[in-house]
Amino acid sequence: MRELRRLSLRFLNAVPVILLVAVLTFFLMHLLPGDPAVVIAGQDASPQAVARIRTQLGLDRPLPEQLLVWLANLARGNFGTSLALNQSVLAAVLDRLPVTLSLAAISLAITVPLGIGAGVIAGYKRNTWIDQSVMVIALLGVSLPGFWIAILSVILFSVQLKWLPSGGYVPLAQGAWPWFASLIQPAVVLALFQIGFLARMTRSAMLDVLDQDFIRAARARGVSEWSAVIKHAFRNTLIPVVTAAGIILSLLIGGSVIVEQVFALPGIGRLIVQAILARDYPLVQGTMLLLGFAFVAINLLLDIVYLLVDPRVRYE
Amino acid sequence: MSEAAVAGGTRLARRRRFPILRRLLRHGSFRIGLVLVLVLVIAALCAPLITNVDPTAMRIRFRFRPPSQDFLFGTDMFGRSVFARVLYGARLSLWIGLAVALLSGAVGAMIGVLSAQWRRLDGLMMRLMDALAAFPAIVLAIGLGAALGPASGSLIIALTMAYVPRTARVLRASALVIRELDYVEAARVSGAGSLRIVLRHLLPNCMSPLLVQMTFVFAYAILAEAALSFIGIGPPPPAPSWGNIVAEGRDYAVEAWWIMLFPGIAISLAALGMNLLGDGLRDVLDPRMKIET
Repeated sequence: MRELRRLSLRFLNAVPVILLVAVLTFFLMHLLPGDPAVVIAGQDASPQAVARIRTQLGLDRPLPEQLLVWLANLARGNFGTSLALNQSVLAAVLDRLPVTLSLAAISLAITVPLGIGAGVIAGYKRNTWIDQSVMVIALLGVSLPGFWIAILSVILFSVQLKWLPSGGYVPLAQGAWPWFASLIQPAVVLALFQIGFLARMTRSAMLDVLDQDFIRAARARGVSEWSAVIKHAFRNTLIPVVTAAGIILSLLIGGSVIVEQVFALPGIGRLIVQAILARDYPLVQGTMLLLGFAFVAINLLLDIVYLLVDPRVRYE
Repeated sequence: MSEAAVAGGTRLARRRRFPILRRLLRHGSFRIGLVLVLVLVIAALCAPLITNVDPTAMRIRFRFRPPSQDFLFGTDMFGRSVFARVLYGARLSLWIGLAVALLSGAVGAMIGVLSAQWRRLDGLMMRLMDALAAFPAIVLAIGLGAALGPASGSLIIALTMAYVPRTARVLRASALVIRELDYVEAARVSGAGSLRIVLRHLLPNCMSPLLVQMTFVFAYAILAEAALSFIGIGPPPPAPSWGNIVAEGRDYAVEAWWIMLFPGIAISLAALGMNLLGDGLRDVLDPRMKIET
């Protein structure tokens, strides 16, 4: 019963957040300095072209009416239409979704075991050379700029050694290996930051847990070291780590915008950047909105999982 | 009293005066971070004293010169000195990092502490923070930066908006703990108003997590500024920033690797330095705080 109340409360909280995400993206277009229609049409566009864009985007109507139209369109699943691509925003994003999802999936598959594993080992071997080397590598992971590492990596693995393609995307339909080869390099570059972040977090969570009485009690009972560390400590370490899953996914999508740019992967990140360079603001707006909605949904889902997994949260 | 005793007394007094600073200076990673950051800041401030080369001066005769005694970091496709560009780029990149850290710290602290004190504000403020945090930081900064136009000012605003939610949440969590402590309760009972409690008790006692948070935001902002300048949303060329030097050097990365190598090293050292400072501050000021940045 209590869980049901918490769940419904959590769902209710998401409603204003979704609304605010929609309103924030609406105002994004109105931040453009000067007349948005002129900015979009370009400085030397004819007055007719400006007027056409103004009516097309409804910019000639009063602001509150524009906002209401925007929200009503969203409610009907209409996220706007791209000016440059002659395509609805939703279709444009769905076209590019497989690329970004493939990249994120491979990257995550590298990040999670390496990041958590490194953090657990460093925490367990606290203050030894193993801990120190793992932490130095993790620190480098969160300090080196991804786009720069990407360029260096292309020079080494694509130009010098010729092991991997320097860019471009091969769909999964054309074979698993070419698909994987086109993504492994960007995925590893993308994973570096997340691995460092996750390892640093896992280590400090591990240190917290290892210091607690129930670990000492387990050891005193004569539980094997493996069982004390993995069954008792590691499982409790995962709780704060799972809470950070939303942050890690958010870092992943943010990072993929940059990495897609370097490796010429036609994903959502590249879509946004190209839309900005083409002054296709409805596309920028719509893509950001969809990403925002996706993350509200992801965080909601994570909270529910969290609520179901950790009994202490349930009975708080 | 003998002179030795007086000297001993002052030494004792001095030792008591800055206990936190002393513990920080004994912290290994804080020390390395401090040296890195100080070197970069001094290099940025003293750029005109270190080199008399104009970072935007083109000399077509000297295009693509590799690093040598005459051209410390080599020259780029317009014959500009990469060393001078990296040095002057430090000014822009570090300034943007500092401005974002200070602004997001100030705004985040205000929102966090105020929503901890005025519970009616809390719901709305935290939903607003949730909404802002729903966008990946880089994506939000790209969208805002694009809307506001390519300039360092709009980049500062965009990155600040992206990092305010984290700071606000950390500060709110700290303030919620502090406002339940006995001395705050005592102040409340003895008639202190909300504003007084916020200014005298909540804010000063949230300084440790705020400082730690701001240091990490500084590191993130340097990386984000570089990434955004790299994809063309940032201070426009020819004014050098570390990100746009890498972007310009990218097309020549194989033949003229030095153009993109040195600014990249500068970005890495700056982010590394700030992260090390942050680790040291967190260990000393707030040992139980998680790396939740």
